[in-house]
Amino acid sequence: MYEFIAFYVFAISTTILFLITVMSKNVLYAMTSLAAGMVMISGFFFLLGADFLGVVQLIVYVGAVMALYAFAMMFFDATKDIKEKHSNPALVFLLGGLMALVFVVIFSAPIIGENIEALYPVGGAAELVANAYGPGMIAGNTHDVGHILFTKYLVPFELAAVMLLVAMIAGIILAGKKMDHSLTTNDDEYEYEDEILKEESK
Amino acid sequence: MIGISHYLILSGLLFSIGFIGVLRRRNLLMLFFATEVMLNAVNIAFAAIGSYYGDLSGQMFAFFVIAVAASEVAVGLGLLIVLYKKYGSLDLEVIANMKG
Amino acid sequence: MESLVYIALFAPLVGSLFAGLFFARSPKNILVGIVTSALIGVSFIASAALAVHVAEFGAVQVTMMNWIDAGDLSIPFGFLVDEISVTMMVVVTLVSTIVHIYSNGYMDHDKSFNRFFSYLSAFVFSMMVLVMSDNFAGLFIGWEGVGVCSWLLVGFWYHKEDKTFEENPSISPSWAANEAFIMNRIADLGMLVGIFLIYWNTGSLQYDVVFDALPQLADGILVAIAIALFIGAMGKSAQFPLHTWLTDAMEGPTPVSALIHAATMVTAGVFLIIRANPLYSMDAVAGVSMFIAALGAFVAFYAASMALSARDIKRIVALSTLSQLGYMFVAAGLGAYWIALFHLAAHAFFKALLFLGAGNVMHAMDDELDIFKMGGMRKAMMGSYIYMGIASVALAGLPFFAGFYSKDAIIETAFNEGTFIIWGILVITAGMTAFYSFRQVFFTFHGEERYKPLGFHPHDMYKYVLIAMAPLALLAISFGWFMGSFQEFITKALPNYEMSHTTHHWAWLLASIVVALAVTGIVIAYKKYAGKGAKAWKRDEEFEQSFIYRLVANQYYVPKFYDEYIVQPYTIASEKFWKLDMKVVDGTVDFIGKALYKSGDVSRGMQNGNLSSYLNWMGVGTLLLILAAAVAVVMG
Repeated sequence: MYEFIAFYVFAISTTILFLITVMSKNVLYAMTSLAAGMVMISGFFFLLGADFLGVVQLIVYVGAVMALYAFAMMFFDATKDIKEKHSNPALVFLLGGLMALVFVVIFSAPIIGENIEALYPVGGAAELVANAYGPGMIAGNTHDVGHILFTKYLVPFELAAVMLLVAMIAGIILAGKKMDHSLTTNDDEYEYEDEILKEESK
Repeated sequence: MIGISHYLILSGLLFSIGFIGVLRRRNLLMLFFATEVMLNAVNIAFAAIGSYYGDLSGQMFAFFVIAVAASEVAVGLGLLIVLYKKYGSLDLEVIANMKG
Repeated sequence: MESLVYIALFAPLVGSLFAGLFFARSPKNILVGIVTSALIGVSFIASAALAVHVAEFGAVQVTMMNWIDAGDLSIPFGFLVDEISVTMMVVVTLVSTIVHIYSNGYMDHDKSFNRFFSYLSAFVFSMMVLVMSDNFAGLFIGWEGVGVCSWLLVGFWYHKEDKTFEENPSISPSWAANEAFIMNRIADLGMLVGIFLIYWNTGSLQYDVVFDALPQLADGILVAIAIALFIGAMGKSAQFPLHTWLTDAMEGPTPVSALIHAATMVTAGVFLIIRANPLYSMDAVAGVSMFIAALGAFVAFYAASMALSARDIKRIVALSTLSQLGYMFVAAGLGAYWIALFHLAAHAFFKALLFLGAGNVMHAMDDELDIFKMGGMRKAMMGSYIYMGIASVALAGLPFFAGFYSKDAIIETAFNEGTFIIWGILVITAGMTAFYSFRQVFFTFHGEERYKPLGFHPHDMYKYVLIAMAPLALLAISFGWFMGSFQEFITKALPNYEMSHTTHHWAWLLASIVVALAVTGIVIAYKKYAGKGAKAWKRDEEFEQSFIYRLVANQYYVPKFYDEYIVQPYTIASEKFWKLDMKVVDGTVDFIGKALYKSGDVSRGMQNGNLSSYLNWMGVGTLLLILAAAVAVVMG
């Protein structure tokens, strides 16, 4: 029953928050609602028993990613309302609505593969935990995730780590150059040191 | 009991919301927000399926999606800043310079 | 012996390639003429040696290589040198050698001298393949090969404009070449059908296998094969109604006319019938054979009647060729195959001589062909006069000349078979033949010197050319004397044909009737055309307006009929179909192109450089893909 109530509360709140994100004219509102929506999504993860994933969602998304957006916002003028030309909103909503309809139809249909067998079942680390901490200790989701992540998914995990490193360097390089110049005030005396920017500006 | 269909339908709806955002928005930053929404919608679906089939692969996928999203944001924001330096705007109408 | 076969076959090919590959673009090179002539001569010597060999030891059969070997179909490149083919080989190479040497003189001033020899040698090679092949497929290759070479050679002066000539309003070498080729194509279809029928029913194309299998076939099949093959023969040998190309083919250079359209290629049809004698002598196809004989007799008369009024020196000879081909078909149709082959050989010699003589006259008269503009040229051209005289006598069939023996044998055959109508036609035709051939001789060499006012200065051909023609003249005189030994030689391969006792008894009478008619014809011709001064020939305008004269002079309006009822409707239909093609076929193709172009033009609007609209399109695509996936799932 609580699960039922929790699901619908989270569901309704995420839907509304994300709708605000998508529709809002103000960047700050959009960002705030996005962050709130992500917190709500972590609630689904806890409901589904994916505790570790929920925590990661909170730390990485709500913490790191949103903080990154917040810092990036400092470069842009966030106080102004965003003016956008909407050429044919009807088409956009038609497409989006159609897509939603198709998804609903597909997912509400009885799923054919009812007898899929799990490759890496939940609780695979039970024996390991029992050996390490003595009998009676229960293997939680974090144990299972760690077990799988560092056995079967070790290579993708390392790749992801490298990817994050690359992304970090790329972000620093792209954003970090010419930090000493103002972006909001148009500076005519500004001289491009970067060759690419110089050529493009011509 | 909440069935898997509930999660999947919710995931689909959230995905569609993000989709509308991608189609509708002309501001690059807002487009980024919309993609985040879509990514999160997919994460819910992964976690739900993984949970209902007792398989951790779903959660693993969601982890990697989060990792990819984080990198994407890092690189994407760097690019946005460069663009903003160049054009003074993030509006696609302004940036569009590849008229065919 | 095998090497001799290959030498005889491939020497002309070597000559052709020599001329074609190394001298195609260079100016006239006398070396080309000498080398090709020499190679044809080598081929002749090899053929003659083979003839001796065959006479002593019998046929030689060689298989060079397997050509088509697919499933049940096995066609080797095999060559059969037996009495029949060796006769043809000797005749072909002998005439070819002389024509090659002759061409050295005749084509002296032509800028495409080298090209001419390349074609001419290629023709000889094709003809050798035709006669030497031991299967119908090889025969067909040679058959098409001579067709192509004939096309190339008739159209040799392809740059000449269309001109109006006699009954033909517009004729040019290229037109004549196309006409010959297309008419032969029509006939070749029949031939091809015949070959397919043979393969279908006997499972082989080898002569010996096919002929052994013939008795087992149903009568209907045999008749169909016989008719189909004869249609092919009709085209190549210019029998009615496919005869018009032969006279028009005279647009080609005269050596070509002598070699191809008199001595060799046109006789290929007769050769085919002779080669397929086991088929045509079967009882089941007696009707077809009779038809061949009847058609031959008709063509003999028909062509001779047209020759009576023709003014073009080459056309007269061409029509006489047509007429003599008719004689050969009579003999072949009546079962006297060896006599047909005998006449073929004799005819090749004297007709080639006649043509080459006519070529000399043309050469002397700056390519003037109208005999009305000639006359009294024997003083200027004594050598040519003698040669043409000999050839005409042989053609007319006066005693002791080659034509007398062979033609008389055919006429006797017609009598012997009891086909008196054919016999009668042939006898009358013999008289007409004598008349028109001497009409031509007298017109050209006797009477008033009509060319003088026209400003011609005739001179005889080069000495070496005249000497080279001597063997032909000798054979035109003497070939008939070897009739007995030829019969003995050839009947090893062909069924013998002997006259009955009655015929034998009356032979002298039959011969004297023919000779009497021939002499009468010559005398009339002499009286009419050879006179001088007061007795000189005058144009009889009134007679030329008469119905019969016009009918004959216009070739019985057959070309006109073809033109009006076949060519013109076909042209109109072609134009209609062309327009239909433009609208339907081209239209479809254009529509596809235009549709693509238009779609590109329309969808170019998508590329507006705005990322957002790209995203929209991507969204549409994504949605479509998801829909497709959903549909696929629902459909199972």
